Amino acid sequence: MKLRYLLPIAVFVIVIPVFLIGLSRNPSELPSPHINKPAPEFELPSLHDAAATVGTSDFAGEVALLNVWATWCVGCRHEHDFLLTLAETGGVPIYGLNWHDRREDALRWLERLGDPYVASAYDADGQVGIDWGVYGAPETFLIGADGTVLHKHLSPLTPEIWERDFVPKIKAARGE
Amino acid sequence: MAKLLPVLSLLLLAPLSWAIDPGKAFDDPELQARYERIISEVRCLQCQNESLKDSNAFLADDLRREIRRLLREGKTDAEVFDFLVQRYGEFALYRPRMRGQTLLLWLAPLFLLMAGAVVAVRVVRGRMALPIDDEPDEQSNGGKDVRVADRS
Repeated sequence: MKLRYLLPIAVFVIVIPVFLIGLSRNPSELPSPHINKPAPEFELPSLHDAAATVGTSDFAGEVALLNVWATWCVGCRHEHDFLLTLAETGGVPIYGLNWHDRREDALRWLERLGDPYVASAYDADGQVGIDWGVYGAPETFLIGADGTVLHKHLSPLTPEIWERDFVPKIKAARGE
Repeated sequence: MAKLLPVLSLLLLAPLSWAIDPGKAFDDPELQARYERIISEVRCLQCQNESLKDSNAFLADDLRREIRRLLREGKTDAEVFDFLVQRYGEFALYRPRMRGQTLLLWLAPLFLLMAGAVVAVRVVRGRMALPIDDEPDEQSNGGKDVRVADRS
């Protein structure tokens, strides 16, 4: 008969961890439906040369990063120095998707701060951004050699995040 | 003052000029109605507590443009929602469809209601088993309510 008095405590013990887990998650970080699916193909004008194109075919066959950036994006400024380091020492080519930006602003940014990108695609109206499910900047996608989206990161990259989330997945993708 | 009133009342119209996405997107009233219903049911991912209809974020603008394009191509509502879910996930819809991972979301209220009903029935049954005598027995216990007597 005393068992019924324990029931509320039992419910409490079950519910509290559920709430704690729920509260510790960031509701603005949405899981991407693209993970482990083929990356949406695109071909856009190059940021540097409107006559040339940059697209998914450029990084087909290799593990690559696609970094969504813009000059109005404060987080992009934060991660820029790390991207420069990564471009030199990370061993993975970084492609840029310049999103909702003005070409001249973007070019000035790269000139002044350095250009970590192998190439940047210029997505002025956000068309490719929609296909990739981009809803903010910066966003960084890790794409496998077979064109599968392996990981998506939603805030400025840091060395810690890189070591923790990207390096193991890159190693696994390369079969190391 | 009486002459000013009509002029002042015009000021009430001013907020209309701040409307998001003003004007009609489609000439066909039926299509326009579908368009408005869809954009009020899709979350703006950039500002998560606004619908596409209410949001002036540029992503909302992009998505409205896409939805208009899809509707012009003759896509059904379901196809438009599919398009968005494929790109942004089930979260983009204010009314997630019932499937796989959203099943728990849909069934949880039902489950809680049933659990509540079970508890309610048991409590009521327990009360019904008590003596009906509501009148406090003044002689024996000095007016204390016996209903709170220990039942354990």
